[in-house]
Amino acid sequence: MVVTIPEFAFRWIIPEIIVAVCALAVLLIEVFSGTRNSRRFSAFLALFGACLALYVTLALWNQQEDIFYNLYTIDDFGTFFKVVFLVITALITILSLRYTERGEIPFGEYYALLLFGLLGMMIMVSSNNFITIFVGLEIMSISLYVLCGLLAGNLKSAEASFKYFLLGAFATAFLLYGMAFVYATTGSLDIAEIADYVLSGDFYLTPMFMAGIAFLIAGFGFKTASVPFHMWTPDVYEGAPTPVTAFMATGVKAASFGAFLRVFYTALLPFMEGWSGILWVIAVLTMTVGNITALVQDNVKRMLAYSSIAHAGYILIALVTGDRALSSSVLYYLMAYTFMNIGAFTVVILLGKKGEENTDIEHYAGLAKRYPFLAFCMSIFLLSLAGFPPLAGFMGKFYVFSAAVKAEYYGLAVIGVLNSAVAFYYYLRVMMYMYFRESEMPSEEINLSFAYMLVIVISAWALIHMGIFPRDFLLLARKSVDIFI
Amino acid sequence: MLQDIPHGFYFILSGILFTIGAIGAITRRNAIVIFMCIELMLNAVNLAFITAGNALSSMDGAVFVFFIMTVAAVEAAVGLAIFITIFRLKGTINADEVNLLKG
Repeated sequence: MVVTIPEFAFRWIIPEIIVAVCALAVLLIEVFSGTRNSRRFSAFLALFGACLALYVTLALWNQQEDIFYNLYTIDDFGTFFKVVFLVITALITILSLRYTERGEIPFGEYYALLLFGLLGMMIMVSSNNFITIFVGLEIMSISLYVLCGLLAGNLKSAEASFKYFLLGAFATAFLLYGMAFVYATTGSLDIAEIADYVLSGDFYLTPMFMAGIAFLIAGFGFKTASVPFHMWTPDVYEGAPTPVTAFMATGVKAASFGAFLRVFYTALLPFMEGWSGILWVIAVLTMTVGNITALVQDNVKRMLAYSSIAHAGYILIALVTGDRALSSSVLYYLMAYTFMNIGAFTVVILLGKKGEENTDIEHYAGLAKRYPFLAFCMSIFLLSLAGFPPLAGFMGKFYVFSAAVKAEYYGLAVIGVLNSAVAFYYYLRVMMYMYFRESEMPSEEINLSFAYMLVIVISAWALIHMGIFPRDFLLLARKSVDIFI
Repeated sequence: MLQDIPHGFYFILSGILFTIGAIGAITRRNAIVIFMCIELMLNAVNLAFITAGNALSSMDGAVFVFFIMTVAAVEAAVGLAIFITIFRLKGTINADEVNLLKG
């Protein structure tokens, strides 16, 4: 049998091709001339690749096409997520410019790995088939295992990579076993065909299918850092280089939620009563455990890790509803969440220096006196994370909770609101230190270079803009989830 | 001969292998042994895919197995490199002693 792939199919994946080519080019540059200047060139090449891919991706909006024998699909859902990933990668590349020059990551491969991670995420959210989802997930994960351990000679970073690798591989096995079970019971790896089969009437609910769904939830739950699969999160987020932490907290989470949403809302939606109860429990646990543990953290980076667990819980609320139209709140939330997290982590990077991360809350004391603008922007990020109007974080929470109310999950909405009230404490605590505490340590100079300030200003502006004019973004999110209807 | 064995038995074997692997990954302390247990779990998955493909007379399961094997090889390469980094810095790859990060 001769399998032919029509050439025009490749024009749909030009963004992916651009990213892959740039990543390989960065690797080659590093091999043939690994100097300081060539690394700066690599960074700009990565940034250029991300921007070019972003430009091409935007042209794919409103297009709908299944390519490569339904293995891959181009639709607004995937395009929305790809735009988010490309923006994330561009921001992370900009802020890595200075971070790598601080001398902590003396490797040019860093940018190649970032781009490969991005490629994996893009593949993951556009896949229509378990095989491509798995391949995308692994491209992303394996790049990140390495990225976590890139701090040269730093034991914490190596340990983060070690833990992430062992637990990640363990979770992958569960995800695959889930896919095997779903395949064994439905006879297809294509998520649209699985949905057809489930609806066809020949389908009986077998224990094997139920086990498959449970394994899938465990596998995706690990990648999205949901309780009880969250154990790795604080350790890995704390130990990894901070730009990589920001990349994981935003990009990886968004990609995993994208694939999670696509699988559960396409293939398994007819069968919602089977999984929405499980997700209900996971959502409540994730919010509560994340918030309560974050209360007692004195390390800001670790506190942000627990807060990212809590945010996964809020996003899961919208997933539980099983309502296709309401799932647009997940997309809006993820987009808002991206900017607040990248902004907050940039401030964390700024306070550190080579070898010392200075992530203890004491280091934030008196920041407002020394660097009022920095403290002001950090306050915007923290308030947005807490869900304070009129910032984007508030609108995100508002849409998620109103989705729960509309779907008549009142208990879930109440627990969510109570949780976000608890969360105010630990976000405001950092602000309290910044504004009302005198610094007891000798104050250190902060290098406010243009690259960092650019990222901070973009994030702060995006949060305010998305908070005050949420309508356009919400409409985009609505349009993206139309594929489910 | 192999065709005479009911498919259910293969699934049971795969389940047993997966459970052994999962228990081993949780209880063992040496990183290499943990990683071997994870490989065992992946092989149990492979067995399940092959059996399902066979029972359904579909090639998809067998194709998936090739992807899993490739990815397992890649993971082994990356994982052993990570273990070497840890060993150089710390002198051990015992998972209990790698405990700098906690709280």
